[in-house]
Amino acid sequence: MRYAMAVDTRKCVGCSDCVVACQTENNVPHGFCRDWVVEVMDGTYPQLEMEIRSERCNHCVNAPCVRCCPTGASHFAEGGIVLVKKTECIGCGACIASCPYDARYPHPDGYVDKCTFCEHRILKGMKPACVEVCPTKCMYFGDLDDPNSDVSVVLKKRKYKTLIPEAGTNPQLYFLI
Amino acid sequence: MKEELFVSGRMNNMIDPTLHIWHWQIPLYLFLGGMAAGILCLAALYYIRGEGKAYYTAVRITPFLTPFLLVIGLLALFIDLRHKLFFWQLYTNIKLQSPMSWGAWTLMVITPVAFIWCALHIRDIFPEWNWKYKWLRELERFFNKYKLTLAWIMLIYGLILGIYTGILLSAFNARPLWNTSILGPLFLASGLSAGAAATLILSKNPDERKHFAKIDLVIIGIELFLIIHMFMGYLAGTQVQIEAANMFLGGPYTMSFWIFVVILGLLIPAFLEILELRKYHIPALIPPVLVIFGSLMLRFIIVYAGQVSRWLY
Repeated sequence: MRYAMAVDTRKCVGCSDCVVACQTENNVPHGFCRDWVVEVMDGTYPQLEMEIRSERCNHCVNAPCVRCCPTGASHFAEGGIVLVKKTECIGCGACIASCPYDARYPHPDGYVDKCTFCEHRILKGMKPACVEVCPTKCMYFGDLDDPNSDVSVVLKKRKYKTLIPEAGTNPQLYFLI
Repeated sequence: MKEELFVSGRMNNMIDPTLHIWHWQIPLYLFLGGMAAGILCLAALYYIRGEGKAYYTAVRITPFLTPFLLVIGLLALFIDLRHKLFFWQLYTNIKLQSPMSWGAWTLMVITPVAFIWCALHIRDIFPEWNWKYKWLRELERFFNKYKLTLAWIMLIYGLILGIYTGILLSAFNARPLWNTSILGPLFLASGLSAGAAATLILSKNPDERKHFAKIDLVIIGIELFLIIHMFMGYLAGTQVQIEAANMFLGGPYTMSFWIFVVILGLLIPAFLEILELRKYHIPALIPPVLVIFGSLMLRFIIVYAGQVSRWLY
């Protein structure tokens, strides 16, 4: 099993509903976010091009945060989801410094927090909160090992990219372009 | 003109706009640990070579600094932790891929060794010292019997401690400035030179002072070579590493790095020590204090600048 997510940059309008849904679902402390929206505009006026991406933890196969964690609090759960065990985390910040996507943040309670792909929901057979609420349905979630999952189907049909593949992390968050 | 505008909705405290998760505690610890490692390595080395008499201060007196350095360093590390009550988790796990894990275990070995080494030489500081209990006297006899083994442990673990402070940072691929294997040897060299400088401050023996001034000079030469080598490596590297190097070659850290670390911390003390070896009269404290200051600044600047350096996407 290999969970992954795909975000359609051609459908995303940058409404940030995914961000709010995540903050509500996971009770993310005020002032922090586990997912966020990035807008990149490039070109020369009037030939401009804009890409909007809903970003979060990439749940890397070769995750530097899991490698550098001194206690094993950062670990791979079923399906390759990268999680933090609150009671093993000492809050040293090594994983935060090791993430090229800066996807982790220090929770005010001391431990390090991040996107969990809404593990508590997917165990019940539901989709992650951000995917569920997206008004343009630009996000696809599922098991890459299952050829019929939403994410496998859309990745077969469309061109995609990942973020900083040259960092060697083998990220599992795909952006359809 | 082609332009790119990047707008991110994320504004996490200590992560954005640039990472600042590690404050003064980490560089302070890296410095104190590195200096303690340098002192212990030199003490063990001269003891093993049977030169404990010729280099009396380095072997028997300077190590008295290390329990203080290590304890303050450990305290700084503890203050840095955000989930403090769970710190013991470090010692219920051994994670070979995590430099921080084997650093924690190295400290677990070297801190008691430093205390034992000082206890064995306590009469050099307090001639009238007498251990109150019989078991303490027996313990002293036991460690005196195996002092050579203790020195070897101190040398090896001292080297590991000195080099790990650099490897800790170089293991972070996400921060291009840190992601160079030169950092390990550079921090080890810097720690050894700070250790030699500590002996230079404490020693009253002119022959010993001369010897350690020479050692300091050699290590300063090695450090300069490693720094140049490090920048050559960045500039021949990928775009993100070129950008990391440019923070020091015209960017925001140019002045602080070249003035505090290279000029004040390396070139001026080297110059003064050469003058001193040529029999010019130089105030004895200035070169070693500058070396120690440069060693501290190196840690601060590398830790702070490294957090600013990043992959852009």
